[in-house]
Amino acid sequence: MPIAAWVVIGVVVVLLIIFLTIYNGLVRLRNQVKNSWAQIDVQLKRRYDLIPNLVETAKGYMKHERETLEAVTKARNLAQQASSAGAGERAKAEGELSSVLSRLLAVVENYPDLKANQNFLALQEELASTENKISFSRQFYNDSVLRYNNQTQMFPSNIVASMTGFKASEFFEVPLAAEREAPKVSFT
Amino acid sequence: MLTIGMGVLLILLGYFLGAAFDSAIAGLVIAILVWAILSLIGYFQGDSILLSMSRAKKIGRDDHPRLYNVVEEMKIASGLEKMPDIYIIDDPALNAFATGRDPNRASVAITSGLLQKLNRDELQGVIAHEISHIKNRDVLLMAMCSILLGTIVILAWYGSRLLIFSSMTGSRRSSSSGGGGQAQIIILIVSLIFMILAPIMAQLIYFAISRKREYLADASAALYTRYPEGLASALEKLGTSTGQLKSANKATAPMYIVNPFRKKGMRASDLTSTHPPISERIRILRAMAGASFNDYDQVYRQVHGGKGVIPAASIAAETVPITTTKLEGEAGEPNEVQRARETSDVMWRLSNYNTITCDCGAKLRVPPTFKERQIKCPHCGRTHQV
Repeated sequence: MPIAAWVVIGVVVVLLIIFLTIYNGLVRLRNQVKNSWAQIDVQLKRRYDLIPNLVETAKGYMKHERETLEAVTKARNLAQQASSAGAGERAKAEGELSSVLSRLLAVVENYPDLKANQNFLALQEELASTENKISFSRQFYNDSVLRYNNQTQMFPSNIVASMTGFKASEFFEVPLAAEREAPKVSFT
Repeated sequence: MLTIGMGVLLILLGYFLGAAFDSAIAGLVIAILVWAILSLIGYFQGDSILLSMSRAKKIGRDDHPRLYNVVEEMKIASGLEKMPDIYIIDDPALNAFATGRDPNRASVAITSGLLQKLNRDELQGVIAHEISHIKNRDVLLMAMCSILLGTIVILAWYGSRLLIFSSMTGSRRSSSSGGGGQAQIIILIVSLIFMILAPIMAQLIYFAISRKREYLADASAALYTRYPEGLASALEKLGTSTGQLKSANKATAPMYIVNPFRKKGMRASDLTSTHPPISERIRILRAMAGASFNDYDQVYRQVHGGKGVIPAASIAAETVPITTTKLEGEAGEPNEVQRARETSDVMWRLSNYNTITCDCGAKLRVPPTFKERQIKCPHCGRTHQV
């Protein structure tokens, strides 16, 4: 066989290997995006489950905070309804829920009896941690989306991505205004 | 890079050692064999040896919900696939470490002293640092390096003694004839010098690797928590204590968050420490403008001058803001006394003691060997069922 044919075969094989490597990398990133989305979902569901318990425990103590408690319950139900909607709408509802919850946890300070309740303290720790887990899983999700989107848009992986139908993913952005309402905590 | 340097050192040592005894190849083979055996033991048994040596006790979600939650939060933030096992070491010294040969089979351990000293944000910083060690695979790297170092030290020790002994008794075979005698002597001298220098050089390389990984873990911790101040303030607390960890030893030192052997006022910015000085780590964390690797690297370069510490491949250009407002209120945060009680409760329970809280407020710790059905409160005289 002439040398030229070998060269062509060699080039094709090399191109094929490069193609497969990029393709596998894209699949890995897309799966990571999916997994991290599922992780957010787990934590949001956990929050839906925790809130009724928390409200129930707090009700007996917080006579003057009926409105706050109702707002929390309402925001929770709205968020649960929005869970089947797209990422944008969902993020808005969840951001709202986070902000009313932090308002509730801030006024707890005024109720020493409630703060002494072991059951409530355990719930509060769970809820605070779930809030953290939500924001950490969101953070990881957004990092994954960024990495994945970069791969689908940058040369040369964008060629493979457009050939095999990898599309950019949506970020999970909580409206910043809602988050900034959280009480300021000083660390001194 | 540095790891390869250590490997080369080992091979050279084996070669010269062998050369001094007439067979360079045999020396090489012995060196690699010793290293391979030690590595296998370290790889498969390293974490359990380390954990049992430090008398760490494994805990579950219900034993210490806050610690468990913080570890889970950092597991999520780092994108680790499997939840690491959590251990508490009953020791008043302040320290923590991570172990496990790969990210799917990892553990984090923290001393009870540190657990009660830190608030939630600080705990998060420390755990993030440890999870970073797991995520960056530092545990495996440092284990392999310390085994490499151990092998070099052992070989050099025995080699030099054998060499001195055999040359004193003059029993060494002379395989050379004529002009070979002079070359023989040169090889002998080179081997001796090498045997003295190799362990020292290996040690220095080892320290350099360890310090580098510490900086990297700090940077990752800042990135995961988006809150460098948490780790900085935890390090500050760690820095003021000088209690040495009883169960640590030289081989396990780089696994810990701060050097377990540091002395008061020690400024170990020099070449002979496994950890960078705490004050410097705090200074870098506090000066960070954002929470990304890039921000850490910039400050590091300002402090040290010259090259950065983060591998160029993982530096991304995007900016990552630091979280200034925390979602959780301070309301549920237990203070130090409460944390101390909480931790001691956990430690008692882990030693199978039964805790009964009497109505008068006294806590009775019933040892597992207590056989009777009832117990009287020594404070108020009420009887309790065991």
